Amino acid sequence: MTQVRTHNFRDYLTEIADNLTNLRMTTLVSLKSDYQEGKGGQARNAPMPFDIGWIDDIRVNLSAVERRTGSLPGRRTVKKDAQAAWLLKAITCIDLTTLAGDDTEARVRRLCAKALRPVREDILVSLGMGDRTIQTGAICVYHRYVAAAVDALSGSGIPVAAVSTGFPAGLVPHDVKLREIEASVNDGAQEIDIVITREHVLTGNWKALYDEMRDFRQACGKAHVKAILATGDIKTLRNVAKASMVCMMAGADFIKTSTGKETANATLPVSLTMLRMIRDYQDRTGIKVGFKPAGGISAAKDVLNYQFLMKEELGRDWLEPDLFRVGASSLLADIERQLEHHVTGRYSAYNRHSVG
Amino acid sequence: MSVAHYFDTMTYGSAPEADKEVRAWLQSHADGFGHFIDGQWHAPHSGHTFETKEPGRDKILAKIAQGSVEDVHLAVAAAKAALGSWQHLGGHGRARHLYGLARMVQRHSRLFAVLESLDNGKPIRETRDIDLPLVARHFYHHAGWAQIQESEFPDYSPIGVVGQIIPWNFPLLMLAWKIAPALALGNTVVLKPAEFTPLTALLFAELAHKAGLPKGVLNIVTGDGSTGAQLVDHPDINKIAFTGSTEVGRILRERTAGTGKALTLELGGKSPFIVFDDADLDGAIEGVVDAIWFNQGQVCCAGSRLLLQEGIAERFIAKLKRRMDTLRIGDPLDKTIDMGAIVAPVQLERIKNLVEKGVSEGAELYQPQGTLPATGSYYPPTLLTNVFPSSTVAVEEIFGPVLVSMTFRTPDEAVMLANNSRYGLAASVWSETIGLALDISPKLKAGVVWINATNLFDASVGFGGYRESGFGREGGKEGAYAYLKPTAWAKRKRRMALPELPQAIEKKDGFDFPEIDRTAKLFVGGKQVRPDGNYSRPIVSPKGEVLGEVGEGNRKDIRNAVAAARSAEGWGKVTAHNRAQILYYWAENLSARSDEFAQTISKMTGTSKAIARKEVETSIRRLFTYAAWADKYEGTVHTPPMRGVALAMKEPIGIAGIICPNEAPLLGFISLVAPMVAMGNCVVAVPSERHPLSATDLYQVLETSDIPAGVINIVTGDSLSLGKVLAEHDDVDAVWAFGSAELSAEIERLSIGNLKRTLVDQGLETDWYDPKSAEGAIFLSHAVEIKNIWIPYGE
Repeated sequence: MTQVRTHNFRDYLTEIADNLTNLRMTTLVSLKSDYQEGKGGQARNAPMPFDIGWIDDIRVNLSAVERRTGSLPGRRTVKKDAQAAWLLKAITCIDLTTLAGDDTEARVRRLCAKALRPVREDILVSLGMGDRTIQTGAICVYHRYVAAAVDALSGSGIPVAAVSTGFPAGLVPHDVKLREIEASVNDGAQEIDIVITREHVLTGNWKALYDEMRDFRQACGKAHVKAILATGDIKTLRNVAKASMVCMMAGADFIKTSTGKETANATLPVSLTMLRMIRDYQDRTGIKVGFKPAGGISAAKDVLNYQFLMKEELGRDWLEPDLFRVGASSLLADIERQLEHHVTGRYSAYNRHSVG
Repeated sequence: MSVAHYFDTMTYGSAPEADKEVRAWLQSHADGFGHFIDGQWHAPHSGHTFETKEPGRDKILAKIAQGSVEDVHLAVAAAKAALGSWQHLGGHGRARHLYGLARMVQRHSRLFAVLESLDNGKPIRETRDIDLPLVARHFYHHAGWAQIQESEFPDYSPIGVVGQIIPWNFPLLMLAWKIAPALALGNTVVLKPAEFTPLTALLFAELAHKAGLPKGVLNIVTGDGSTGAQLVDHPDINKIAFTGSTEVGRILRERTAGTGKALTLELGGKSPFIVFDDADLDGAIEGVVDAIWFNQGQVCCAGSRLLLQEGIAERFIAKLKRRMDTLRIGDPLDKTIDMGAIVAPVQLERIKNLVEKGVSEGAELYQPQGTLPATGSYYPPTLLTNVFPSSTVAVEEIFGPVLVSMTFRTPDEAVMLANNSRYGLAASVWSETIGLALDISPKLKAGVVWINATNLFDASVGFGGYRESGFGREGGKEGAYAYLKPTAWAKRKRRMALPELPQAIEKKDGFDFPEIDRTAKLFVGGKQVRPDGNYSRPIVSPKGEVLGEVGEGNRKDIRNAVAAARSAEGWGKVTAHNRAQILYYWAENLSARSDEFAQTISKMTGTSKAIARKEVETSIRRLFTYAAWADKYEGTVHTPPMRGVALAMKEPIGIAGIICPNEAPLLGFISLVAPMVAMGNCVVAVPSERHPLSATDLYQVLETSDIPAGVINIVTGDSLSLGKVLAEHDDVDAVWAFGSAELSAEIERLSIGNLKRTLVDQGLETDWYDPKSAEGAIFLSHAVEIKNIWIPYGE
């Protein structure tokens, strides 16, 4: 902690305020790094030896999965203060994302500004949360904007995630993918969202998938790696389950549903299938792997259903940003409206909340 | 609680469903409910009332009328009076009313859902998301059966006034299952809801009347078991439909025996939930949750016996315990709970006692940590491991949230353990191998089998049990027949007493060549065997000639014949084509000896040769008919609203006892035995007591017709006493008895041991020459059990 050097009363106050801010920031950063190292001294996932036995007996019954995901939203709900709290928590798990061909540095900086202050301060104060730091879980951009985002978020503790490895199709040469990862890490990306080669899944070449993922993990170094399965491409839940297990075995820190570019985005059945694999992986290794649904989650109600699924299937720990992220761009705006409604009792409008 | 608190703990908080409207409705009946009879409220004749409680809070909800014999009489009279007009309305008219009821249910669905939750203690989530949609669907579906009744059931008529007694576990859904088909098909109803949960039935009656249902068509009488008994005993009731315990089902069978009242019973169960090592284990875990913790386990078809393949048992139990820890128990009106309250303290006590018994017998108990609400009847989800088929908790229906777990090694052993029960309501099979799942399903003794699913219901799919889980189906076309009777049978007249046969004329002695002695033995297990008692009875012609002697069968002969039939059960598994071939061959061999059979009939009965020839000829035709049906009386593919199908399979019932009438000694025998055999059942037949030689002459025909040993067993002797032994035999699955009214009554009364299926004529004589009365679906439908196999699919 910095010492307070007093010159006059006004400076004194300013300095205290600065230090408090720093203090809060440091705490936040250290909390974040705790999460990154795994809470309670838990180990980060590292590649296990390839074992086909972990994949062979995987079975997924689509109808049974759908029955669970179809009934859960009716079995769990949060109302009033609890709902506001869950939505605020959801914000802290958002990977606020822009992945468009027309992205520019200025556009990315605007998004970063929103990530720092995602909710209007008066709303937070009304919710009794004025003393808490509510920021998004990360900013997620293409490699080109990593440096700008790192700069814009500097000191905030918000990590920058880069999509990589020839995102979204992942069909560039393997060594180019590794080089891309390294470049993003060099630019300050703390998280790398890689895409897998779907062909390996579709042809059942699990060893190739494992090798690829292990190389990505290695190239990431200290940066955390999220494996995007592109579930809309690999189609069947059995493929989803097996690809999940292989990627975790090869060291993925997170498994993620979609790039947002496939025709089918994240769904609850796909998510449930991946969560069950995370649980089985934890049973086998003791290691907690994170989960990130992405694409199509744009309503507050939707994200709550994902949160219910996380809590029910994996437990409380998976509601925090170290183990749960949501890849989204328009979700935040809907949450802001719901929060304002909770505070005022009146339905809100988009133009009352700043854009990102 | 604050936002910050929830932000840090990420707990759910409570989310109570509003009950204002329901409380207001209850308030409007604060003086107490009457019975709903003939379109209006009637105060109980006796003035007696009782209270219905809110099990979730242990508070009184309403004052309910205790039905007396006078109230029941009033209700039955109203139903009887409305019957003619209701039938006269026709299928389309009734379809409009059923459609109106479906709309009414949807219009008031939240009111019903909240009221049901309050009265029963089940979670609002389940009444709202499961019960109410199924109720509305049931009325829509049966509006359809009303609409097409004339074309789909041309040979059937409504039964008449139906008394219906329903349980407390799904009060409104059971009401729908009962009254929708009854009303659709032209019956009128007196329904007694369960004592614990009468409110939704009363609300339904009130709203149905407001929606325009004519008075008297649906009458609700409330009360306890004594009210139910009065309803069952009422002489103007034509049918009783009951859902409830096997114990009460037995009483109803006994009380209605010989009255001619039709009866369907949907009773208890101890349904197996079988998980193979190639199942989606996490999917199966959720299946278990739906199987045994749905409705607090108070479900007749609850999957309460978990059977795990040994290799996955340990892992599965670990997963299951973890899942149990996330179940939430609490106020039924809270939208975030999984389990509400047990319906009443007396049920809670029963559950507690049975679990204690299980533990005292060595079971290991697992219940998740956590507290239950302080007031109200709550019981935690419970798993008992280290349980064996011989444990009390593996045998008794607990009717609560208690699962027992056992293991098996092979598919055969899974089937054996699954079927090791007196019940046979439902079963759940989990395997991702289609060949395995579809192989196991037909082998399970259960009326409903869910593959990779559990507790799926739909109005288009029949529901009902094998064995002591009752008989009759509810839902689908198979369920519609439970509210119809064959029109041809309605014309049957009481059987005339046959004239006494004369004393046997003693044979003259002398030195002429004597006729070679003919003493027929019994036909058991494909062999002609001497009767156990070694007595025989002379068969005398109307002229007094002794035509031969037949064995005097006794209890032990029946026992031996049943054992032979049981060991011939493979008959049910041979192909239908094969069974048809054998029936044709039987007809062929009979045809070759038709003159001889005609002669015997003529001699035995004194009928003209022409009539006797006609009887033989008709018998051959009848064998052809059932040979034809053998591979054509097929199952149905139901299409419930899901991605998947339900296969309504027609399966043999098993071992059937058949008591043949005295008239038409050959044709009567063949008309009853052939449909049973065509459908794959094994038979113990007692031929015409008076004229048995047509049957004993068949021994050689059967022997030369490739009918496997034990498929048809014939025991001659006294119809009534042999019939009683068959009716009491717990390894006989069905008895058909055609003869005296006394025989019918005794068969029905004595069938309660294992609740066997019975088909009796109540002493009314069937015209065996009239195909509408004597052959086809009218008999085949009693020769099969319908099993619905649900197959959701998708990859």
